[in-house]
Amino acid sequence: MRIELEKRPQASVLYAVLSPFIALVLTVIAGGIMFWLLGKDPVSALYSFFVEPLLDVWSLHEIAIKAAPLILIGVGLSICYRSNNWNIGAEGQFIMGAIAGSIVPVVFHEWHSPLVLPLMLIFGMVGGALYAAIPAFLKANLNTNEILSSLMLVYVAQFFLDWIVRGPWRSPEGYNFPVTRNFTPEAILPEILDSGRTNLGFVFAIVAALLIWFMMRYTLKGFEITVLGQSERAGRFAGFSSRRMIWFSMLLSGALAGLAGISEVSGNINKLQPIISPGYGFTAIIVAFLGRLNPLGIIAAGLFLALTYVGGEAVQLTLTVSDKVTRVFQGLLLFFVLSCDTLILYKIRLVFPGRTAAVGQGAVQGAVQGGAE
Amino acid sequence: MLAVRNLTKLFGTFAACNGIDLDIQPGEIHALLGENGAGKSTLVKMLFGVLAPTSGQISWRGEAVSIASPSAARKLGIGMVFQHFSLFEALTVAENIALSLDGTIPLARVAERAAELSRAYGLPLDPKAHVADLSVGERQRIEIVRALLQNPQLIILDEPTSVLTPQEADRLFETLFKLRAEGRSVLYISHRLEEVQRICDRATVLRHGKVTGACDPKKETAASLARMMVGADVPHVSAAGTNTKGDVLLEARHLDVPARTPFAVSLKDVSLKVHAGEVLAIAGVAGNGQGELFDALSGEYAVADPNAVLIRQRPVGQQGITARRLLGAGFVPEERHGHAAVTGMSLSDNLVLARNQSDRKAFLGGGVLGVIKYVAVRLASRRISEAMDVRKSGDDPTAGSLSGGNLQKYIVGRELDRQPAVLIVNQPTWGVDAGAASRIRQALVDLAKSGSAVLVISQDLDEIFEVATEVAVISEGRLSDIYPAIALSREKIGLLMGGLQGQPEALTEAAHAH
Repeated sequence: MRIELEKRPQASVLYAVLSPFIALVLTVIAGGIMFWLLGKDPVSALYSFFVEPLLDVWSLHEIAIKAAPLILIGVGLSICYRSNNWNIGAEGQFIMGAIAGSIVPVVFHEWHSPLVLPLMLIFGMVGGALYAAIPAFLKANLNTNEILSSLMLVYVAQFFLDWIVRGPWRSPEGYNFPVTRNFTPEAILPEILDSGRTNLGFVFAIVAALLIWFMMRYTLKGFEITVLGQSERAGRFAGFSSRRMIWFSMLLSGALAGLAGISEVSGNINKLQPIISPGYGFTAIIVAFLGRLNPLGIIAAGLFLALTYVGGEAVQLTLTVSDKVTRVFQGLLLFFVLSCDTLILYKIRLVFPGRTAAVGQGAVQGAVQGGAE
Repeated sequence: MLAVRNLTKLFGTFAACNGIDLDIQPGEIHALLGENGAGKSTLVKMLFGVLAPTSGQISWRGEAVSIASPSAARKLGIGMVFQHFSLFEALTVAENIALSLDGTIPLARVAERAAELSRAYGLPLDPKAHVADLSVGERQRIEIVRALLQNPQLIILDEPTSVLTPQEADRLFETLFKLRAEGRSVLYISHRLEEVQRICDRATVLRHGKVTGACDPKKETAASLARMMVGADVPHVSAAGTNTKGDVLLEARHLDVPARTPFAVSLKDVSLKVHAGEVLAIAGVAGNGQGELFDALSGEYAVADPNAVLIRQRPVGQQGITARRLLGAGFVPEERHGHAAVTGMSLSDNLVLARNQSDRKAFLGGGVLGVIKYVAVRLASRRISEAMDVRKSGDDPTAGSLSGGNLQKYIVGRELDRQPAVLIVNQPTWGVDAGAASRIRQALVDLAKSGSAVLVISQDLDEIFEVATEVAVISEGRLSDIYPAIALSREKIGLLMGGLQGQPEALTEAAHAH
């Protein structure tokens, strides 16, 4: 018996909707098996991973805080991926945004003004966009593969952050720890609810997602993005430029990643330190695909993956398993989403040897093949 | 020799072939006629073992057989020459032929045998030549020789003349006659009625996967064959009465375009003028610079010299396609899927694709936001579908769900709806059924009659003689002089296609030799 993929005459709408849910179920099953192999009770482990975080107000706030950068970066990446530009370096743009935005509170920490926060946010966006401009320039002018260049720049950004907090920006009051000064109150994103720590970053994420949803759904720019992603040649016929689109999508996603970076640092960490992200820039890739590259779907997917972070911390404490469990879950999820997406364009067919093309017993043959499909 | 009974092939619930009966006698050239999508390719793929039939019977020399693969078909004595060649350009002719045989025969022996065969059947071929240097006609000969090496009793040829000049086609026909004289049979797939009448002994006509006629094509008229193919009378299109010449609306002046990729053709010193009221047709064998000429005229790839292309007397060489559209030009590229239309998008989206700037006022609102007015777009899309009689399922289906002919009618209609002053069309009816083709051609002629300048790039001589008032020929990126259509014969166009332009003595000599 052989398994074949047969191309569907038309993309299946059913599977386009179902695919993320099938992937979720498969991830949970595979996760259960993993806990079982680790010698833990799979049911209670999955319960603490996926359900318990939803029962506390405190952990709901944690989910919102972690969802904010994922959604912000995810919607930016969705524009890239829809237009066929594969920005994998959002993690680096996130870090560079955080550094650029921190110029104001770190270097000019004596300056107290209501303008501090808006300036930080603008600097953050500019920093992320400029960092994304490097792979954009390389692709638009030298036809360099943006997957490689953007990914490699992540490591450059990580080491740059490490250097700057150990070197020029190290806090004089920090007892030699590799951190910057704590931000002054003017430089901290305000919390939005009395019940917990959720800050303005979550609002930015929702607003950005809605704006981009509107752009994709109703405007010519969104149309241009979709056309160029599906067929560059048709885009050229329409008078759209794929080179300009490289710039547009990379700068936009870089700016949003930068905004996520400065929001995280300003609202959550309140200073710069060597590690400011548990891999948000990479997890956002999963968020973008799990959300079907649709901004509204990305809001839901961002909240779900934030849950895997919080749930991962929970099982780490209650079951004493490794913190890598979260990464395993995220990896499994991306793997299953991409695999299930195959079903949108293909159907699976089982082919049995020896039953091909026997002319003459046509009717029987047809029935057998029909049954096998 | 070959008998097919009640052969059916289902793809899902769609019957590509539905109860086909076909008999091929020894020593006959049998035509398989039908429009695109009639089921011809599916049928021959089953005969050659590429597809397995859903039901029905194939008998070969009186015995029921099951043809599981192309190699099984070759063993039985069935050879096939596909429309698209499978040759390695970097290898020589002999090497390409040897690749299709088992590896035990030494190359020198293959070359010798191939040379023998090519002499015997009038297929001149140098076994040592590299395929990359050969013309399409010569490449086809390799495929034929390759098939003949297996000593087949039945040779299937899929649309063999679609890539040939009339002279090359004549030479192919002589080869076919030789094969017939030896008692071999030929199954000749075509939709060109004139050819079929000329060379075929019998014809089987397919429509919508069913046999609609089996006849002697010589006893039929072109009109009666067309009726069997299409199922209705096909209205005749004529360009007569479009000879009122106005201003020059489209002009190319010494247009030089270097080849963009290693496989592209460079354009060399192309000059042309199209007046209002004219249909200029550019004939030529595929791959002689037609696509490149379209790209340069449409502005999809702008050229260096602003004065090389003029639309309504304005130099637009360096302008993009949007600027040229705003001057009143419309464009229909050759490839429907992924160029003229995005397959996965709805028809109304595909209307926005071509007219997002030229109809900015009608289709976009919200100022700089550029919000697409879907209601207006849908209305316009419906108007186009009605005007061009586009058959579709639902109000606004995806472009990919339409048949080739209906999608092409929509794509042409999308431009006509603007009443463009200049229309440039590349292969307007390529792969389109006869009914839709006739409709599209009539629309092009009507547009010229209403005072626009129309440029049609086409490989189809029948089409050219139907729509053109003027004809030029493109060959290896050079354009011939422009001739009035009534002054040209098929033979002369054929010679120009072969690249003999500007050499009057060669022209007359070749004509005599012919």
